[in-house]
Amino acid sequence: MIEINNISKWYGQFQVLADCSTRIAKGEVVVVCGPSGSGKSTLIKCVNGLESFEQGDVIVDGTSVGSPTTILSKLRSRVGMVFQHFELFPHMSITENLTIGQIKVLGRSKDEALQRGLKLLDRVGLRSQAEKFPGQLSGGQQQRVAIARALAMDPICMLFDEPTSALDPEMINEVLDVMVELANEGMTMMVVTHEMGFARKVAHRVIFMDHGRIVEDATKDDFFGTPRSERAQLFLSKILSH
Amino acid sequence: MSFFTELDVSVIAPSLPFLWTGLKFTVTLTLIAMSGGIILGTLLALARLSPFSPLAMAASWYVNLMRSIPLLMVILWFFLIIPLITGYPMGAETSAIITFTAFEAAYYSEIMRAGIQSVSRGQVFAGQAIGMTYAQTMGHIVLPQAFRNMLPVLLTQTIILFQDTSLVYAIGAKDLLKAAEIAGKNYNRPVEMYIFAAVIYFVICFSLSRLVKHLQSRIAIIR
Ligand SMILES: Nc1ncnc2c1ncn2[C@@H]1O[C@H](COP(=O)(O)OP(=O)(O)OP(=O)(O)O)[C@@H](O)[C@H]1O
Ligand SMILES: [Mg+2]
Repeated sequence: MIEINNISKWYGQFQVLADCSTRIAKGEVVVVCGPSGSGKSTLIKCVNGLESFEQGDVIVDGTSVGSPTTILSKLRSRVGMVFQHFELFPHMSITENLTIGQIKVLGRSKDEALQRGLKLLDRVGLRSQAEKFPGQLSGGQQQRVAIARALAMDPICMLFDEPTSALDPEMINEVLDVMVELANEGMTMMVVTHEMGFARKVAHRVIFMDHGRIVEDATKDDFFGTPRSERAQLFLSKILSH
Repeated sequence: MSFFTELDVSVIAPSLPFLWTGLKFTVTLTLIAMSGGIILGTLLALARLSPFSPLAMAASWYVNLMRSIPLLMVILWFFLIIPLITGYPMGAETSAIITFTAFEAAYYSEIMRAGIQSVSRGQVFAGQAIGMTYAQTMGHIVLPQAFRNMLPVLLTQTIILFQDTSLVYAIGAKDLLKAAEIAGKNYNRPVEMYIFAAVIYFVICFSLSRLVKHLQSRIAIIR
């Protein structure tokens, strides 16, 4: 489903991504972790072309992200993305947030889009908030709406960039629950997170990044059992000790 | 003392219809220059922020040029030079409308540029992530928020524009000030007429600036 082939990226002299490769099969859930600044956000944004890269290529469902002939907006409409800071559109109601992409990008009718939007809102348990504005919701609720907004486009896979790290602790689980459910339904997911409980529960593989490199790419059991690199061991012991 | 006792306000009532035609032009000029200026200014701002550098440079050049020349000179030049170039005479009113729109666009563009930059990059990513094109992201996500954030500043600029329209007096366009001058001459009461015109300018500007205050507090709440 997602193939990342030897991508490298520089900001001027600074190399953010160094020869990163991995594959994510259909239905697979892959967790990406690593210290701050290691390039996790940059890597995940390369998957739907929100960030460009200088070398290598990313293939999503057979489409090359790096190719100049690829219409990136088309590709992105099929790849859902959830951000650390939710990024709901603050000038639109929750309903409008859920329908605008369906109407403007997929060309669905208003009615159809609304039905789909409300169904997903129901699914994340926020049906009663439909007419509110993002600013009136809690962080956890906003993030659940953001997940619903991405799902409304009927994506073939979902990217999450630290979806819970801007949340108060008591709201983290309501978001993780939605993600676990999604994973159990067989959604292909690439998730940047430090929530190791989530990784243990649903991940198939865990990728560990450091200084722009993929240092470890292992099955969940291998990663939590015997991480090979010292950096990963150190990192794990640090975050698991919290 | 004698200045006030000698004022004759009775000449104002009969000249109201005439002053009204002047005020109508002043308001029309303001509204057209505002809407045209904001639309053009937004396009200029987008051009300045575009990664295509010739376009960005041309827009920036235009904005800086307009902002470095006194408005009165632009009004005069445009009025005098355009007929020479095109060979057709142009009415003072038409000339004023075009000049003001083109001139104000430079100022509105700086406001809209700041507004666009006030919208976080994450919002752009979010728009693009659901498959919106650049134009859709701008049109549905960035510009509405930029416009909302900048509404008080845009209105403040419009108040300045409203006051500046009195400069068309120089090319003889019949705005409120010109109407007051003519009425003043007719009744031989220029002082009364100028004072009355000043009162109208004041009332309108004052009301608008109250509106700006109100909007500012509302936007503060939304945020
Ligand atoms: N626009 C930019 N210009 C220059 N450097 C950048 C830019 N964006 C990111 N970086 C640098 O690239 C590196 C990787 O950033 P990235 O956001 O991908 O890290 P991350 O692993 O997601 O970190 P975090 O856990 O803090 O989110 C960081 O060192 C960051 O400072
Ligand atoms: Mg990050």
